Amino acid sequence: MTNQPAKTETPAGQRVLSEAIVAEIKAYFPRYPTRQAVTLPALHVVNAHLRHVPLQAVVEIAELLELAPAQIQDTLSFYGFFKQDAPHGETRAWVCRSVSCALRGGEEILEYMCQKAGIEPGQTTDDGRLTLEFGECLGACEFAPCMLAGDTLHKNLTEESAGKFLQSPTG
Amino acid sequence: MRLNLLSEFEPILLANIHREHSHTLRVYEEQGGYRSLKRVLADQPREAFRDLIKGSALRGRGGAGFPCGLKWTFLPENHPGPVYFCLNADESEPGTFNNRILMEEDPHQVLEGLILSCYATKASTAYIYLRYEYPLAYKRLQSAIDELYAAGYLGDAVCGSEFSLNIYLHRGAAAYICGEETGLIESLEGRRAWPRIKPPFPAVEGAFRKPTVVNNVETAACVKQIADRGVDWFRSLGTPPDPNNPRDPGSFGPKLYCLSGHVEKPGCYEAPLGITVSELINDFGGGVWKGRKAKAAVPGGISMGLLTADELDCKLDFSGPGKYGCLGLGTAAVVVLDETVSIVDFLHNTCRFFAHESCGQCTPCREGTSWSLKMLDRIRAGQGRLLDLDLLLEIGDFIGIMPGTTICGLADGAAWPIKNAIRKFRDEFEQYIKRTNPTGYMETSPPLALELHSIH
Repeated sequence: MTNQPAKTETPAGQRVLSEAIVAEIKAYFPRYPTRQAVTLPALHVVNAHLRHVPLQAVVEIAELLELAPAQIQDTLSFYGFFKQDAPHGETRAWVCRSVSCALRGGEEILEYMCQKAGIEPGQTTDDGRLTLEFGECLGACEFAPCMLAGDTLHKNLTEESAGKFLQSPTG
Repeated sequence: MRLNLLSEFEPILLANIHREHSHTLRVYEEQGGYRSLKRVLADQPREAFRDLIKGSALRGRGGAGFPCGLKWTFLPENHPGPVYFCLNADESEPGTFNNRILMEEDPHQVLEGLILSCYATKASTAYIYLRYEYPLAYKRLQSAIDELYAAGYLGDAVCGSEFSLNIYLHRGAAAYICGEETGLIESLEGRRAWPRIKPPFPAVEGAFRKPTVVNNVETAACVKQIADRGVDWFRSLGTPPDPNNPRDPGSFGPKLYCLSGHVEKPGCYEAPLGITVSELINDFGGGVWKGRKAKAAVPGGISMGLLTADELDCKLDFSGPGKYGCLGLGTAAVVVLDETVSIVDFLHNTCRFFAHESCGQCTPCREGTSWSLKMLDRIRAGQGRLLDLDLLLEIGDFIGIMPGTTICGLADGAAWPIKNAIRKFRDEFEQYIKRTNPTGYMETSPPLALELHSIH
């Protein structure tokens, strides 16, 4: 991963942020006394639309926020959350591996799902439908072991329910 | 008479969560919601309300237990402003989910407390820093905030008073360190969430270099309940100050306890501060699951360390866990380990968590957490040495605010499970190492490196 996103890979004119995305980001401006504070909201907006935040998007966010691209990239790279090289799957699912879930078989579920899907945590299936990730405590320990797929919390996972999810992942 | 008998206690913070549409303004108002806000705005000067909270001795529910009203008085007097308020909803401590339940099922209770807190602190802008992993809480809070603007509870002239307030939701991006109050502020400002050296404390120079208060979600809910029910009610619950410790402000009020792991009925339960771990497990959680015995329990999120089965009479108030060598009450999230659990596996899990979540700013934490994980990996791979246990303890004793080697408390939280697990279960570690590495457990030469452990 380069730290010099100023070298755009997209030819001039081929901007990745649509007018709609730009408008959505600008709507956050009045909320904060600085433009830099819009960094995380902007990254989330772009990620929600593009399922990743390519370097060209970093450059364009920086223009909007009147910052150096490196400042956006620095913040982005701190969080393991935003993928840059390729979009994540249509559904992104986090399987919890922290203590309460681990005590009730969470790590085994994650391993089972990875094996079934033929991918490692962090990877996307070949058909692009699913990205599986390990999660650190999802804050749903009363439903351990659990998984967050998109906006849907899957509670008390078993191999059976996890297998069912893999057949048609949505979230 | 003190209401300390569990049987006499009716849930307050969780009173509404089982009602249908409990998250809506209509249902909240039907239960008397926002009456206190209107009354306080109409009748009570800010200073009087601030002093009321100070007098209640409410201690922050986020983990450190710092007195809430006292924190508010650290704001400079007559500052031209603006003052910012950050509601810490980055709940990420393993085992903890009480704030999620409040935000999902009773967001208006949290918001009324937040508005009252902003009134008391002269804050005109509040940010709710919400962890990304709570999409339902995000939706419920956002629609609750929209309802409040439409009903005149937010914006210019809250409830027709001279007080103006805007509340914004700000989503995190899956980083534990953003729950540290200055890490939260850095993240809010758009930078990496590296905690700041204190002083200056946020009350003097916080978000956007302005005076800032950072309070936990449950703390805000308590503020609302104190406004409703008064100081005497709040102080009738919990544990009074220890007369032998002049610095103990006591542990008053109701508390949301999270119970998970090997119990029959995991869940979030409300009780007065000061119930014991055993009471929580048996009276609320239906006992250890499958008829087994407990081997150990985490008292308040994994950062707080570990209690043995013999220590479960530990009181869950702000000074209880410390009497058993734990760090403190933390988030009051109890995780039960039954007799089949390997403490080696437990410690591996906590070390992996902190190695993943260390922000990397301070070398002792960054290196200490990742080396402790590498050593646990090696022990579990059958290449452990008895010497490793001393090295792990050396790391545990060296990293953190308490020995003075790091900026924030993440490293203390990483150290406590190491120190407690090895000191309280040393025999088990030694037997594990001897059994899995019968020819090499006495080795003292440098070990060969295992394959590099990827933490991302």
